[in-house]
Amino acid sequence: MRKLLLAGAAAAALSTSAMLVPALAQDIKQGGSMTVTYKDDVSTLDPAIGYDWQNWSMIKSLFDGLMDYVPGTTELRPEIAESYEISDDGTVFTFKLREGVKFHNGRALTAEDVKYSIERTVNPKTQSPGAGFFGSIKGFEEASGGNADGLSGITVVDDHTIKFELSRPDATFLHVLALNFAHVVPKEEVEKHGADFGKHPVGSGAFKLAEWTLGQRLVFERFEDYWNSGVPKLDQIVFEVGQEPVVALLRLQNGEVDAPGDGIPPAKFIEVKNDPKFKDLIIQGGQLHTGYVTMNVKMEPFDKPEVRKAVNMAINKDRILRIINGRAVAANQPLPPSMPGYAKDYEGYAYDPEAAKALLAEAGLADGFETELYVMNTDPQPRIAQAIQQDLKAIGINASIKSLAQANVIAAGGEEDQAPMIWSGGMAWIADFPDPSNFYGPILGCDGAVPGGWNWAWYCNEDLDAMAKDADAMVDPEKAGEREAMWRDIYLKVMEDAPWAPIFNEERFTIRSERIGGDDKLFVDPVHIPVHYDEVYAKDVQ
Amino acid sequence: MPAYVARRLIQTALILLGISFVTFVLLYLVPADPARQIAGRSATAATVENIREQLGLNLPFYEQYLRYLGGLLNGDLGRSYLQKTEVSELIASRLPASLLLMVGAIFCELVLGLTMGVVAALKRGSRTDDTLMIASFVGVSAPQFVIGILLLYVFAVKLGWFPIGGYGTFAHLVLPSITLGFLGAGWYSRMMRSSLIDVLRQDYIRTARATGATRAKVLFGHALPNAILPIIAMIGIDIGLFMSGIVVVESVFGWPGIGQLAWQAIQRVDIPIIMGVTLVSACAIVLGNLLADLITPLIDPRIKLR
Repeated sequence: MRKLLLAGAAAAALSTSAMLVPALAQDIKQGGSMTVTYKDDVSTLDPAIGYDWQNWSMIKSLFDGLMDYVPGTTELRPEIAESYEISDDGTVFTFKLREGVKFHNGRALTAEDVKYSIERTVNPKTQSPGAGFFGSIKGFEEASGGNADGLSGITVVDDHTIKFELSRPDATFLHVLALNFAHVVPKEEVEKHGADFGKHPVGSGAFKLAEWTLGQRLVFERFEDYWNSGVPKLDQIVFEVGQEPVVALLRLQNGEVDAPGDGIPPAKFIEVKNDPKFKDLIIQGGQLHTGYVTMNVKMEPFDKPEVRKAVNMAINKDRILRIINGRAVAANQPLPPSMPGYAKDYEGYAYDPEAAKALLAEAGLADGFETELYVMNTDPQPRIAQAIQQDLKAIGINASIKSLAQANVIAAGGEEDQAPMIWSGGMAWIADFPDPSNFYGPILGCDGAVPGGWNWAWYCNEDLDAMAKDADAMVDPEKAGEREAMWRDIYLKVMEDAPWAPIFNEERFTIRSERIGGDDKLFVDPVHIPVHYDEVYAKDVQ
Repeated sequence: MPAYVARRLIQTALILLGISFVTFVLLYLVPADPARQIAGRSATAATVENIREQLGLNLPFYEQYLRYLGGLLNGDLGRSYLQKTEVSELIASRLPASLLLMVGAIFCELVLGLTMGVVAALKRGSRTDDTLMIASFVGVSAPQFVIGILLLYVFAVKLGWFPIGGYGTFAHLVLPSITLGFLGAGWYSRMMRSSLIDVLRQDYIRTARATGATRAKVLFGHALPNAILPIIAMIGIDIGLFMSGIVVVESVFGWPGIGQLAWQAIQRVDIPIIMGVTLVSACAIVLGNLLADLITPLIDPRIKLR
């Protein structure tokens, strides 16, 4: 056993203040209020269940987990854990909890609560969409199958120490513990509210829920006893729901709204971006997203790598970016640029219809062929599919567009012989956590190439699967660089086989009022969308 | 009369049963698999199967329907797939807002529609008449989201007289009520106009004028009460119109009623909510029609219930 990290308050404060140039974190006065709007109702604030981008960051403000990220970055740091140790073989993780962490109901948080919360997520009765993330903990099969009460791999050593034993070394385990699905809930409150806990959330987070008027508004208030003093910066956040994005923009202009949660409506994007009133209020950042065309390697003629490469070369990505008003950057590999492991120097398959035609001829398909391109039927996806269709036509491929409801496209992709090509827009893929492995297993690995899976290309390369397994067994943080390089190689090898034609990585455009301050990074945080609620501050109380 | 009411009530119950069946069938046919939706993209096949079992989605169709019906009789509309809340609670919390909006809309359509109709009838053939009838034509044919956004832009954004959407005060109520009531106002002004023109041609009006009564007295004392009868009966039927209208109007104005709830649920394929709102609106429409039928003979003795 080695002590790997002892991140006390000092280290945490250091990283925070380094980021918040020009105002140092400790100089920011607490207080003030912020108004955020959303079109849709907030679905649930139960950390075991909430899994949409709207409630994801709200839950992060109400609940805490063992791990978290340095605000505005993808860098892991302990949250209610004070320190942790990882065994040399990477299968035992032991966490020491902070003293003085309290739930909103006043009770002290203990290791028993951490165990309870994760077991609750895994329990099939909870119907958590996140249960699968804990697959590496010992006893997962029994617990998720409903055959055991808890996870045999989790041991409460004492009130402030908890030990996880894994069935295999898992380098992503710290990321998994930073997911909302691992956030800590108090058993007594869960039992009190039963299925309605998501409407009466009680956690240990920086904010507590003060009011929830269904269909109208939610109010978060600062939790006075929060362990991390100085956080949150705001006293209150008001979430108003049922507000159309266009109306929210008008209200932002009137000073009634600070952050329209749904962002800038696509139809108004160019207008707003060029409007001098709004221009300086927009912050642009990357997203952990890639949009791609899958080619089913089990269906002719996409079983031939030349054909898949030809498709990669045939698509004019710049034109597609114009269709979506430049809200993305062109992609040439599965990973998005903000993901560790992204290959900056990789050139990919450049747009070259002539070379594409030559490749088709090489594959014996000089006259082209007929195929189908599946796409989700909401704007702008069909328009993007049409652009791809035209590009393919130019090299002789006649793709007819199958524009269907989201669920139908996903279902077709999960069948071995149904969809030769799918444009992933509106469905896939946004990473759950900032680790390169999250772009492999379900969508490019053999495990995902099963009926009902998300590997719509049905690509299964045993060698790469073995490499991926090796990479994820490299738990030692000192080998993080080596592991990253290994993942980079995996994705470059994927591109040699070209089961996908990566098209673009969506960018985020957050708009916020003049009144709300904080480093730009906080407004395009990779994990907290639209803004990092705990860290932004009100300029009018400074 | 009591026999008539009893018969109508039985019919109403049968209609509602039919509606519950039709909506259930339609939504049963929707391809989205609720279990997969709940389970999320990281779920294994076993998890999806488990959820399917817990929701009773593996049962045969008739059994699922009977279960649902059994729940309905106990006032249980099911639990939202995505919001994880009782549908009855979601609807109950939003119903007052929708009812308030409807009251506002009825007020607007009566005031606007009747005034326009009376003025047009009195000035028949004039330019005022033409203008008013064009306005009513626009009211009947323009989509409500166009009218809503137009009003919002002019009176809330440009002039700043009203808040830009939202809920809570009287000022919030004005624009959505006008938007929702405008369609009905268009109909009413046309009906009122022709009805009043009809009445003004009657002998008893001429007789009243001949007795020396003033124009105003004849209009308000004799003509209007007779002309207005067919319109009162319409209000009950209007509820159906409103039920479709609130989906649009509530979304434009951010009004927290059941129309907005339905719209959000449709976009996210949250089937229990869609079914719940459909049933509640169907009830409202059927009861509105029943009410209209029962009130008509009370105010118009020419009509008898049989």
